Amino acid sequence: MTDVTRRKLRVATTSLAGCFGCHMSLLDIDERLFPLLERIEFDRSPLTDIKHCGPCDIGIIEGGICNAENVHVLREFRANCKILVAMGACAVTGGLPAQRNHLDLGLCLQEVYLTDPGVAHGMIPNDPELPLPLDKVHPLHEVVKIDYFIPGCPPSADAIWKFLTDLIEGRTPKLGHGLIHYD
Amino acid sequence: MNERPSFLLDGDEVPFEPGQTVMQAALAAGRYIPHLCYHPEFTPHGSCKLCTARINGRLMAACTTPAETATEVESETEELNDLRRTLVQMLFAEGNHFCPSCEKSGNCVLQALGYDLGVMTAGFRHFFPDRPVDASHPEILLDFNRCILCELCVRAAREVDGKHVFSLAGRGLGKHLIVNAESGRLADTDVKVTDKAVEVCPVGVILRKRVGFATPIGARRYDKSPISAQALADAPRPLERNHD
Ligand code: SF4
Ligand code: SF4
Ligand code: FES
Repeated sequence: MTDVTRRKLRVATTSLAGCFGCHMSLLDIDERLFPLLERIEFDRSPLTDIKHCGPCDIGIIEGGICNAENVHVLREFRANCKILVAMGACAVTGGLPAQRNHLDLGLCLQEVYLTDPGVAHGMIPNDPELPLPLDKVHPLHEVVKIDYFIPGCPPSADAIWKFLTDLIEGRTPKLGHGLIHYD
Repeated sequence: MNERPSFLLDGDEVPFEPGQTVMQAALAAGRYIPHLCYHPEFTPHGSCKLCTARINGRLMAACTTPAETATEVESETEELNDLRRTLVQMLFAEGNHFCPSCEKSGNCVLQALGYDLGVMTAGFRHFFPDRPVDASHPEILLDFNRCILCELCVRAAREVDGKHVFSLAGRGLGKHLIVNAESGRLADTDVKVTDKAVEVCPVGVILRKRVGFATPIGARRYDKSPISAQALADAPRPLERNHD
């Protein structure tokens, strides 16, 4: 087999309204990173620090959508990635950040920055550089088309590995018992 | 010797006792049909439709359809499992199911069905409804965010505990769980923490306080084996008749 001549798949990753736990879980595949890196190369990702996403085969997104910048990044990924993957509970369901969805955003900001005990001389941040928070937190599939979902908080390294190897080998990714988890 | 009556389930003969439903006969014969509101100890409710099978060509709930001879039942088909996945997805989108912080996680029937059917996303737009919890009772928490309206608590209270604690009120999207107290608070009902109704909730609505997260991840009920295997292990078996 002429493995060497096979083009490496280009993969972009990002964390939106997530905690980087899914990226940690991705790194948790440990020494399997070496065979993985023979098949893929990273484009935009916290691992490369490339700031914008070029044309890619696979985009992997951790975290849901909680502010305007998240929407722009998600659209950039969708426009550039042939296959877009929602990784982890927040990307798939909104997750922990979405627990604020039944609360009024203005009251949340007030409590956190003005009235919470321990806040002295507080003010709600208003630097124009800061992306505006959205009224509600959304899972990714409510904003763009998502091709695959890997649930889990975070998905285990084994689940991510199984998913990636299936996808890279051209199989339909399938997580069986023990690998599919919502928690 | 009399032949036992039987029907065909996905092409195989399944014997039944007169009076059994398709679901009861299938489980007793070691054949799994996915189900959510069916519970072997209570009167079938037929509301979740997870058990929908094609029975002589028509879509019917296996948990309420009586077993009959000369019937062909299809259950393990891509078409039906697709419909079942959609039902599970709708339940997830309709309530607030944040599994990572739910005490029922790992022991939850809805979640286990999602795993077994390969539900990777709720797919639909999440409702994110606002449903405050009722923590009034000293020993029992009621978290309405996760109620799937299966009425198992209603049935268990009525049929086993001999009381009327829970009920479903409203219709359609407004349907919701209520308790039998003028104040609307669980603390003012005659519910006891030892009631069957408290034990039976398949999801994380009726929860005993101060016992959450006692079992570590990996050792919980559906960590060990999928719900399809556990449902068969738990199914009531009739006395083995062919040995007598
Ligand atoms: S009730 Fe079940 S599905 Fe809902 S949040 Fe709890 S574990 Fe998840
Ligand atoms: S509280 Fe539990 S048992 Fe009762 S209807 Fe809701 S989900 Fe079913
Ligand atoms: S299990 Fe039959 S309708 Fe719910």
